[in-house]
Amino acid sequence: MSYYAGIDVGSLTAEAVLIDKDRNIAAYAILPTGNNSQKAGTDAFRTALGQAGLAEADVSRVFSTGYSRARVLQAEDSKTEIACHAKGAFYFFPHVGTIIDIGGQDSKAILVGKEGRVINFAMNDKCAAGTGRFLEVMAGALDVPLDKMDDLALGSKEELTISSTCTVFAESEVVSLISQGKAPADICLAVSRAIARRTAGLVTRVGVADSLVMTGGVAKNRAVVKILSKDVGHLIKVPKEPQIIGALGAALFAREENGR
Amino acid sequence: MTEFKAFSKMKELMTNYYIEAKTTKEKPIAWITSGAPVEFLFAMDIIPIYPENYAAMCAANHQSIELMEAAEAAGFSQDICAYARTDFGAAMTQGGPAGGLPPPHFLLCSTNICKTVIKWYEVLARNYNVPLFIVDTPFLHNGLTKDLIDYTVTQFIALESFLGNFLGRPFDRDRLTKVLSLSREAADYWKKILYLGKTIPSPFNSLDSFIHLGPIVTLRGTRECVDYYKLLYEEVAERAQKKIGSISEERYRVLWDNLPIWFKMRRLERFFEEKKCTLVVTTYANSWGGLSNFQANEMNDPYELFAASYLNVYINWGFENRIKYLSQLIDDFSLTGFIMHSNRSCKPYSVGMYCLQGEVSKLTGKPGVIIEADQNDPRVYSDAQVETRLEAFIESMEPVS
Ligand SMILES: Nc1ncnc2c1ncn2[C@@H]1O[C@H](COP(=O)(O)OP(=O)(O)OP(=O)(O)O)[C@@H](O)[C@H]1O
Ligand code: SF4
Ligand SMILES: [Mg+2]
Repeated sequence: MSYYAGIDVGSLTAEAVLIDKDRNIAAYAILPTGNNSQKAGTDAFRTALGQAGLAEADVSRVFSTGYSRARVLQAEDSKTEIACHAKGAFYFFPHVGTIIDIGGQDSKAILVGKEGRVINFAMNDKCAAGTGRFLEVMAGALDVPLDKMDDLALGSKEELTISSTCTVFAESEVVSLISQGKAPADICLAVSRAIARRTAGLVTRVGVADSLVMTGGVAKNRAVVKILSKDVGHLIKVPKEPQIIGALGAALFAREENGR
Repeated sequence: MTEFKAFSKMKELMTNYYIEAKTTKEKPIAWITSGAPVEFLFAMDIIPIYPENYAAMCAANHQSIELMEAAEAAGFSQDICAYARTDFGAAMTQGGPAGGLPPPHFLLCSTNICKTVIKWYEVLARNYNVPLFIVDTPFLHNGLTKDLIDYTVTQFIALESFLGNFLGRPFDRDRLTKVLSLSREAADYWKKILYLGKTIPSPFNSLDSFIHLGPIVTLRGTRECVDYYKLLYEEVAERAQKKIGSISEERYRVLWDNLPIWFKMRRLERFFEEKKCTLVVTTYANSWGGLSNFQANEMNDPYELFAASYLNVYINWGFENRIKYLSQLIDDFSLTGFIMHSNRSCKPYSVGMYCLQGEVSKLTGKPGVIIEADQNDPRVYSDAQVETRLEAFIESMEPVS
């Protein structure tokens, strides 16, 4: 049997996705990138292989993506995250028009045409405001687990605002809200709103299509997705595992393209 | 870099110019901004020195960081143009290549490129205790008007008397007319070279044009400058005729807006070559070619001509004209897309860029990308971020047919 793999080594996490020749997902793995991006790619790949009960020899071609795409040893070629997230989102949602990927360090809005081909894209400037890192810093300040932030936020009773876009300034706003005795739930919602606001700007810049899909780790935060949907005026769909979409896209490219 | 035989000639020209500036006993030295009417200086045998060029040289030699840090430690804000900070630092520490710049006898500054230069040159005037002449060239919100030309002409007349008084001899108008025609002849060759980029594949790439920019910026108005660009023109024309491209395979042709990133020239050159993408044309290098649109014989009054040509530079234009011009270049040069360098240092060049990008894309149907960088400050640059954006942009272009 021949399989294909995509490995996405991002700034925070490394993912590997294995697909078979009929494009079914056979296995995937998500690991932290840590301080050795090469090893992270290899580990994610091996973990996914182990889950599927496959050996490296069963995989005919590997493509990489993400910040460390050039350092993935197993990869024959690499693609940018923009292309891969577009490809991966298109796999689950063939009508997708606009894709929003928020990872640890970058946020992107991608406008795609037929077959998931990229027409236009916009990315955050060099500042980390509105990215996953922002969310993590605020979770840290609030002492709330990252994956509990959305539940808390959705139960918020009081409207608060965080106005700074700068992560460092926003953190001190959060600290001062905490010292005023504001409820963590309300602060969580304000944080989610700050991210959504930044992202909405990106999305309008590339164009809001009828069908929107969100990928990347931050898509797991339902509060952000909900507010962003409201801000852009369209329901935003999220695939079941939004974090693997980049790696999935890379695997799909590996399957399609002849090695060079 | 594309190999040009003329390159060694340019090095010689620029070296001689620096040596003369550093050693002269007779000729006065004036520090001058890149968009100022240098012809007035050559008409009176004054050697122009360009702090902006020197700052770029520092960055290209990877020396700008320590110089800027020295300026910042002395209190200059990081928000000031990195050229100014680099030069302040070089003067303070006696650092930088070629043992620094020869000190000025006076300063000439024109506001057609930005307003930063006013304060920058005021600092220089204080530090060196020399006179400063400012040519105020108002922003062209709605194109060139008679009023603006008249206003600017009065300043050239004042500049004349300033120079006459400073040197203690009358200003030489005849000489000025001759210098002007040499200046425009050089600009003409420069423009013709740049427009050979219309050939597919492009016979040179914009990273080359940034390198070959030296003489047209510093020495326009001299015979040597004309000779040099004539030589380069012939060489480029021959390549164009033989269809020799600057990279081995040209799949994408793009425009570059704003200044170069001086400290990343080599890396970006390799990057673009690998991606089979030529930087074909730039609004930046074109600026000096634009001077040739104002030929000495076309207007009776050379002062009006000076005013018109120095007011009418890209960075001094309103948005509508910028949009028209960018779209025109994309069509004329058969480009597949455009890159806009949002330059932290150069606000007047970068303001409104997101709107420009949208409008130009709409008009031309070609994708554009904005990258955040700086012409001189490596501390606000990230290879991975910039290259990720550029790579995604290149993927989104339709290759040349
Ligand atoms: N369960 C979760 N709930 C909410 N947010 C989460 C969750 N898991 C991860 N995240 C967010 O996702 C981010 C990481 O996203 P992702 O794995 O897509 O990043 P990456 O691809 O490594 O980064 P980049 O694409 O910027 O290089 C984290 O910063 C975190 O904020
Ligand atoms: S780079 Fe821009 S801000 Fe700096 S001197 Fe030149 S025109 Fe002015
Ligand atoms: Mg990612």
